[in-house]
Amino acid sequence: MDFTILILLLPLAGFLFLGLAGMKLRPRTAGAVGTTLMGVVTLLCYWTAFTYFSAGRDASGVFPTLMPWNTVWLPISGDLHIDLGILLDPISVMMLVVISTVSLMVHIYSFGYMKGERGFQRYYAFLSLFTMSMMGLVVATNIFQMYLFWELVGVSSYLLIGFYYTKPAAIAASKKAFIVTRFADLGFLIGILVYGYYTGSFTFTPGATTLAAAGGMIPLALGLMFVGGAGKSAMFPLHIWLPDAMEGPTPVSALIHAATMVVAGVYLVARMFPLFIGCAPEVLHVTAYVGAFTALYAAVVACVQSDIKRVLAFSTISQIGFMIVALGVCTSDDPHAGGLGYMASMFHLFTHAMFKALLFLGAGAIIHAVHSNEMSTMGGLRRYMPLTHVTFLVACLAISGIWPFSGFFSKDEILTACFAFSPVMGWVMTAIAGLTAFYMFRLYYGIFWGRENRELHAEHRPHEAPFSMTLPLLVLAAVTCVAGFIPFGQFVSSNGEAYTIHIDGGVATLSLCVAVAGIALATWMYAREQQPVADRLARTFSGLHRAAYHRFYIDEIYQFITHRVIFACISTPLAWFDRHVIDGALNLLARGTNGAAYLIRGIQSGSVQRYCIWFLSGALGLTILLLLIR
Amino acid sequence: MDYTSIFTLMRAEVTLTAILVLLFLYDLLAGERARRHFTAVASLLLALQAVATAFPAASGELFGGMFHYEPMHAVVKSLLTVGAMIVCLQADGWLRDAETRHKQGEFYILTLSTLLGMYFMIGAGHFLMFFIGLELASVPMACLVAFDKYRNYSAEAGAKYILCALFSSGLMLYGISFLYGTTGTLYFDDMASRIDGSPLEIMALVFFFAGLGFKISLVPFHLWTADAYQGAPTAVTSYLSVVSKGAAAFVLFTTLVKVFAPMVEEWQTVLWIVTVLSITVANLFALRQHDLKRFMAFSSISQAGYIMLAVIGGSSVGMTSLVFYVLVYMAANLAVFGVLSTVEQHSGGRVCLEDYNGFYRTNPRLAVLMTLGLFSLAGIPPFAGFFSKFFVFAAAFRSGFYVLVFIALLNTVISLYYYLLIVKAMYITPSETPIATFRTDRYTRISLALCTAGVLLLGLVSAVYDGINALAYGL
Repeated sequence: MDFTILILLLPLAGFLFLGLAGMKLRPRTAGAVGTTLMGVVTLLCYWTAFTYFSAGRDASGVFPTLMPWNTVWLPISGDLHIDLGILLDPISVMMLVVISTVSLMVHIYSFGYMKGERGFQRYYAFLSLFTMSMMGLVVATNIFQMYLFWELVGVSSYLLIGFYYTKPAAIAASKKAFIVTRFADLGFLIGILVYGYYTGSFTFTPGATTLAAAGGMIPLALGLMFVGGAGKSAMFPLHIWLPDAMEGPTPVSALIHAATMVVAGVYLVARMFPLFIGCAPEVLHVTAYVGAFTALYAAVVACVQSDIKRVLAFSTISQIGFMIVALGVCTSDDPHAGGLGYMASMFHLFTHAMFKALLFLGAGAIIHAVHSNEMSTMGGLRRYMPLTHVTFLVACLAISGIWPFSGFFSKDEILTACFAFSPVMGWVMTAIAGLTAFYMFRLYYGIFWGRENRELHAEHRPHEAPFSMTLPLLVLAAVTCVAGFIPFGQFVSSNGEAYTIHIDGGVATLSLCVAVAGIALATWMYAREQQPVADRLARTFSGLHRAAYHRFYIDEIYQFITHRVIFACISTPLAWFDRHVIDGALNLLARGTNGAAYLIRGIQSGSVQRYCIWFLSGALGLTILLLLIR
Repeated sequence: MDYTSIFTLMRAEVTLTAILVLLFLYDLLAGERARRHFTAVASLLLALQAVATAFPAASGELFGGMFHYEPMHAVVKSLLTVGAMIVCLQADGWLRDAETRHKQGEFYILTLSTLLGMYFMIGAGHFLMFFIGLELASVPMACLVAFDKYRNYSAEAGAKYILCALFSSGLMLYGISFLYGTTGTLYFDDMASRIDGSPLEIMALVFFFAGLGFKISLVPFHLWTADAYQGAPTAVTSYLSVVSKGAAAFVLFTTLVKVFAPMVEEWQTVLWIVTVLSITVANLFALRQHDLKRFMAFSSISQAGYIMLAVIGGSSVGMTSLVFYVLVYMAANLAVFGVLSTVEQHSGGRVCLEDYNGFYRTNPRLAVLMTLGLFSLAGIPPFAGFFSKFFVFAAAFRSGFYVLVFIALLNTVISLYYYLLIVKAMYITPSETPIATFRTDRYTRISLALCTAGVLLLGLVSAVYDGINALAYGL
């Protein structure tokens, strides 16, 4: 497995090459270089997964944790050191497959979508950098390496969101994403330092004795780390950056904001899962409540958005909430007794990555066709873009949880885990699943059926996307159709032992019924040309509608707190103090120094007699001083 | 007495004298064509001598204790030789001028005579021997300063230098006579046990200190420095600022530790005051200089103050950090002076700060080398100067001089400001009449390469510090 290092080095090489020499290449050549490298990396990832899982389980019935490469990078003290390396275990291998697949699809798709854009080469360089960082994050051998790549992911997503750097909204969005996630990362870093200080190592699996010695500090450390994870995974109230990040190119949204970066927080919790279960189950349950609330909040907001990428952004937030909930409701690491959620969460991460990337890429094709994100410019597009229409429908059915699409299987496992935790949690999550089906089909009908904007379409006839864009759609749609039948529990489970997924009949029926009800409601309200029910509802509950449309004013609250409270009450006085008192003192010091230099210049008169007098008086002065001291 | 040990314990002095004689004969006998390679011959001989004498042998003494040899002396002596060699390399361009061509030999002989004097100062075990060494290092130095004797500045600087040197020598001799009067001996070893710190001996200590303080140019014995540095030919200035100063600082350390050990509190007080004065006053003066040679004079005074931080503790760590500091300072300062001197040669004598405006545009490589040297002098990591400053601070800190270290640290901020002024001029400030692009000669290039390697590597290769540390001794 020594070749796994190439999985990191090839994208890095791609980034360096395209970043340094890209502008000298023709755009298509640069794209081809990036895509070819990504293709090789994808094959390597598949080969890794194949050899890893086919090597089989060890004597204790779990897949072994391999470290094909590891080096001490920064020794801090005897035991405490920061390593860089590659760790292979079921979830990291699974993530490698997910990231490389989605990234390759996005690379191919961007050929069509970004054609003719300024900075095409730069775009591919950033994609390579992002892929490298994300891969480094998932194969990290210790929490500090994870943090390093975590920040690299943040930087590269900043670069990608702000790709259209001439657009003020894109700049603002990239800054917002970076600042909000950096703010959350502060919690992560403090958590890591607390963890490193009390356990004396940065490894994921410290020994039992060190854990006992660390005692009560582990829950605190894990809680702080979750803050970082919540920032990257857009958990309420740190979600505000994700909808704005839709200003980036759509394929970037598919890569970063659907499949990879935003699930980093979920991956972090899964990575620390043994510690959560062992030392801090109560913290784990807190994450479940945060996840559930986020899922509900985002689903409600998604129901009234009119920008299709924003609907998808909120649906992503909501679905990540599902994953976090699934992890949070675990009560033990035995998948048969309270540990099902772990497997369900990873399974949902896997299926969601595929169908959400499909949705985003489909949305990209639509935006490509009508040159707008607004639903009002769409409607009736099924006639113009049949391929996009079908693949989009597949993804909508999957996310709604309709059998036999992949989302059904993973969501069913999550709901089963929730019902096992508490009936309330189960019912709430089932209701949110119904809401999901409703808003996804509202989106679907709004784009492909419903009120058609005939004037616009007559003026500029929408067209199907080129092959480079439809190919990824077809591949991802195929994956979405079959992924549910993967015996996922055989590969990933909470304690590593094989677990056979069995569908709980009651829960499955319930979730199917709710999903169908949601779809039916959406069909009744939005499928036709005239939508009296929807309009009347929006009018009757105009307050609620407006609040939800404005995302319940969370952004405005942030704005108020940062501008009116922090900037006005703390930053402005501090700036005044800095400018007038600190700078003033330093200026005074500098002026004093200069003044002193001016005053003593007379000593250096140029006359040798004076020099000798100074010389002698210096010597005599020192002598007298010494004699006096004695 | 076994005369063969002259050739082992005094091998540095013997070989240097041989080189002196060889170069003298070369100057007399060589034809016009052979004289073209004068610099190469002299530098090569010096390099060979430095390598041959660098390896330490067992310590010993000669002439009944008049002359001492310690392993550390070998290191310091060959260090000084390397410094002198680099100065010779950098002097080549200037020595080929029409005015100085005929006295190229004189330059080497005068330089090497002062070097020989420094050797004897270092090796002395008796105040008479010490004084002879000191004078041998001073009198030819005055000739060197006045080497361009038809230039008013140079002649004036030479006169000032010799007058001040005479004054300080006289004062020092006066102090030594007090010591002889109270202890009845001039041998270092005997004197150490007989000194008891009477008022007369305190006077002797201060007078002796003033004499060496003159050579190291510590405040308030520094006033000749700026005038001499400015007036002297640039090669001589760099020799004064590096080799002469380094030798005197080392001798100060050994005599204070060896002879004045019973008066440790007194000389620590003196050093404390003089260090603070040197660093601060020199920094204040350096702020306002426009002539870069004068500027480097004040910079070298403040650097001397930092060297005193290594002396004040008198510990063996102090000696290590002193030798290391001198080594690093030599590399950085000679890099700066190398650029100054070659620019002066090629631009018709431009040495002002304003002349360096826009220097990076016309001569980027030299500008970068100069920047590296200045960064090292200012003590910016990862250049060697950072480490050498760190070691002297650590040495003083370990000996408990917290306030002193704090004052010195504050002063590094000021020094950073004025070193960066030059960097700013070179890179940022535009100029109507920048120094024209030119090619440096071969010898300057070799010397700059050596210095730059030193600036970049000395701090990072820990073997250098460890090697010096193995030979160090202290109180």
